[in-house]
Amino acid sequence: MHIDIRQLAFDPWQELTAYREHLSDSGRSGACAVFVGTMRDYNEGDSVRSMVLEHYPGMTEQQLETLVGASCESHDLIDALVIHRVGEITPGEDIVLVAVWSAHRSAAFDACREIMEALKSTAPFWKKERLAGDKGERWVERNTPG
Amino acid sequence: MTINVRFFASLRERLGLERTEIQPDGISDVRSVWQAVSDLPLDEELLVAVNRNYASLEQAVEDGDEVAFFPPVTGG
Repeated sequence: MHIDIRQLAFDPWQELTAYREHLSDSGRSGACAVFVGTMRDYNEGDSVRSMVLEHYPGMTEQQLETLVGASCESHDLIDALVIHRVGEITPGEDIVLVAVWSAHRSAAFDACREIMEALKSTAPFWKKERLAGDKGERWVERNTPG
Repeated sequence: MTINVRFFASLRERLGLERTEIQPDGISDVRSVWQAVSDLPLDEELLVAVNRNYASLEQAVEDGDEVAFFPPVTGG
């Protein structure tokens, strides 16, 4: 299991390829499910120029380790990788990667979704959008239901 | 020793304060920490952590603890 919070842009597909090389117990893995979240250029009817992602250093990592660890245990995962951006992000850049490996597809699909939903509702990150034109900045007040 | 209090995101901007320290005298739980740092009513939506773990308003707070208040999280 690996958790990483990044200040700089990352390529989730390169990260996956690199991580796969060192996957724990790879011979047992028969399924991998991946979720990548990307920044849109609009939200709630407005064009968004960029956004700044803030986190709570120390607690965010700890919370991610707890929730990913719980899914690894309950779904008997072989391995899991979570990467999340912080700092200034522009549309088209990736925000989050969740990848899980398991023996069969059911556990992989379920755990990937479960980790993503738990991250969205409990990991301390906050988004502030910078809107296009002269509309200024605004905090995203809550995540969409999915 | 003191209690270290932190604020994040929109709450930090609203209070104009990122962190502060308070004396532990008269502090028993998270709710009393909030009352010591702000005159504002405690927003029901606010989340709280004590020593980087989610906590309730009733959780006991001790000298040396770090107490954080923040709005609903919006990562991912």
